[in-house]
Amino acid sequence: MSHSHDRTISVEALARVEGEGAMHVEVADGHVERVELRIYEPPRFFEAMLRGRDYTEPPDITARICGICPVAYQLSAINALESVCGVDTPDGPAMPDGIRQLRRLLYCGEWIESHVLHVFLLHAPDFLGYQGAIEMAADHRELVEMALRLRKAGNTLLEVIGGRAIHPINVRLGGFHRAPTPAGLEALIPELQWGREAAVETTRLVAGFTFPELTQDHAFVALRPDIDTLPPGATGYPLEGGRLVSTTGIDAPITAWPDHLHEEQVPHSTALHGRMRSGETYLVGPAARLALNLDRLPDDLAALAEEVGCTAPVTNPFRSIIVRALETVYAFDEALRLIAAYDRPEPAAIAVPPVAGVGHGATEAPRGILYHRYGLAEDGTITDATIVPPTSQNQPAIEEDLEGFVQQHLHLDDDDLQWQCEQAIRNYDPCISCSTHFLDLTVTRR
Amino acid sequence: MTDEIGRPSVAVWKFASCDGCQLSLLSAEDELLTIAGQIHIAYFLEATREVADGPYDISLVEGSITTPADAERIRRVREVSTTLITIGACATAGGIQALRNFSDMEAFRSLVYAEPRYIDALAESTAIAEHVPVDLELRGCPIETSQLVEVINAILAGRKPVTPTHSVCVECKLQGNVCVTVADGTPCLGPVTQAGCNARCPAFRRGCYGCFGPAESPNTASLASWLTDELAVEHPELVRLFRTFNADAPAFRTQSRRHEPDREEVAT
Repeated sequence: MSHSHDRTISVEALARVEGEGAMHVEVADGHVERVELRIYEPPRFFEAMLRGRDYTEPPDITARICGICPVAYQLSAINALESVCGVDTPDGPAMPDGIRQLRRLLYCGEWIESHVLHVFLLHAPDFLGYQGAIEMAADHRELVEMALRLRKAGNTLLEVIGGRAIHPINVRLGGFHRAPTPAGLEALIPELQWGREAAVETTRLVAGFTFPELTQDHAFVALRPDIDTLPPGATGYPLEGGRLVSTTGIDAPITAWPDHLHEEQVPHSTALHGRMRSGETYLVGPAARLALNLDRLPDDLAALAEEVGCTAPVTNPFRSIIVRALETVYAFDEALRLIAAYDRPEPAAIAVPPVAGVGHGATEAPRGILYHRYGLAEDGTITDATIVPPTSQNQPAIEEDLEGFVQQHLHLDDDDLQWQCEQAIRNYDPCISCSTHFLDLTVTRR
Repeated sequence: MTDEIGRPSVAVWKFASCDGCQLSLLSAEDELLTIAGQIHIAYFLEATREVADGPYDISLVEGSITTPADAERIRRVREVSTTLITIGACATAGGIQALRNFSDMEAFRSLVYAEPRYIDALAESTAIAEHVPVDLELRGCPIETSQLVEVINAILAGRKPVTPTHSVCVECKLQGNVCVTVADGTPCLGPVTQAGCNARCPAFRRGCYGCFGPAESPNTASLASWLTDELAVEHPELVRLFRTFNADAPAFRTQSRRHEPDREEVAT
């Protein structure tokens, strides 16, 4: 059966992804006929729940969409809501730079926590041939211990600034409930310095993995901060905002999102699928961010990117793990820079009175752009909410990868093909909890 | 079942949720490898592809029941589990997605999906205990890693876990926090919310928003009238205050219903 021309590969519940998904691939006469990444994670209807709530509530409510990247939800919501309310427009309240920089510092904590979770605990076991990190720890204990220590460094940053690592409590519209003390942040420096070096070591380590062959020519979409908005000393790799840019020529403010990108429903998924208005699939995430922001790396990191072969666009999705490690180094670097420049904002938040209207906001979640749009009534009641998570944008491209990969690897037996297909899905660090509004692998060989 | 070296088997199950509570286990950075040496992780899809057949000594269940298929699945989980522990607000009270219990589900479905007929969802999001017997509940949105480690330790040692049922107010007093309601006039659910988070919000000069759900014998009616009389908190703020991550926990549900404008006739 395993080498016949007609076969089905099915994985009913994918492991080492965040949430519930499955995969189904059908092969007939040696050709891949159907590939589905099924997302059966039950829908939770966040966009409907937000209607009628107060405009101050989305940072706490939408954080609960994802326990791995709550800060992404909080800050995308805040960007959209503050934009409705005219923050930083001539007639609106001005956001102090100190609060913006503290938000970026908080986001560095989440990038570290999430990237390290994925690189070591979810993805590395595929490359090293283990079922999971716990099994991997039996042979590579020092590696898993390093991973846990790295994650702890990120989580500690989240705790100190956000008040809690999962679903931070200190983030609010207008700023923070209480800004951390300089001493509280300075205490983190030694561990962040260790983490920076450990992340460099990690980048070199994962760059030495053996990568299955696959070249995919996906369009990349990412954010790119406007150079004029950067404070002194910042290189401006995208985290907490920026313009919408793509390898297909998009260069627009985030308010133009609906003009360029949209979501459609497909029968096999509780996640909506993202597409360009032109109908093309596209990719968001580490490979897209790096390709569109290579010039935004500090010199030493650009040199590291060159050393590990990531200066040309990363078109083999299996190599995304290297970019994730490289971005982890960036997050440590940036955290250290921001702490050195920290000037405790006083007050910790500005007043943001409600304004009727519609606002757009986006940030770079660890897995890619997370877009929010809200409509507000005059009293601040939410009239409409739209949330576009990174995994729903990537889902069509993931299916294209699977199709291409299976076609080129039909010589593998079912077990190996299934595992490598799973690995191909994990290349995108899919967050299924997020994308449901969002994954099921079966391969049928007929 | 215990494995060949006598370690109890642990399974981690996910229903409708954000993954945050099971992530709390992976976030026990200092304890994880030690714990993993003491238990046999038999089913934990977020961490490993390896799946051992049941039955399992301990099942940790995250998430609420929101689909007909999940209502069936939780029965099968119960059948293969000796001890079933629910982890977090979704599993113990229905979670934030229980906001649908207060609304028209059909409207929800069509607001989010262009083709609502593809979406198979129940009208209500319900706690695990409404479907099967539960041996222990861990509160929180998310749970606290320290409480999860305590429960695992207690089970390994064969003792009862220590998880407080008093209110967040007690934690504030223990920590010496200034009361945010008295000093700042900030509405706070601390008096009626179960302890466990070490009063994180008040420590950041923010009012508690009820992540751990109702404390033992919570006087929600008294807190609500005090908030109205002293701080002029009324509809719709009062409804929203009780109606977030533990909206369908009975004490919070009853209180938020009382303050809906068309429910004024409900006796207090």
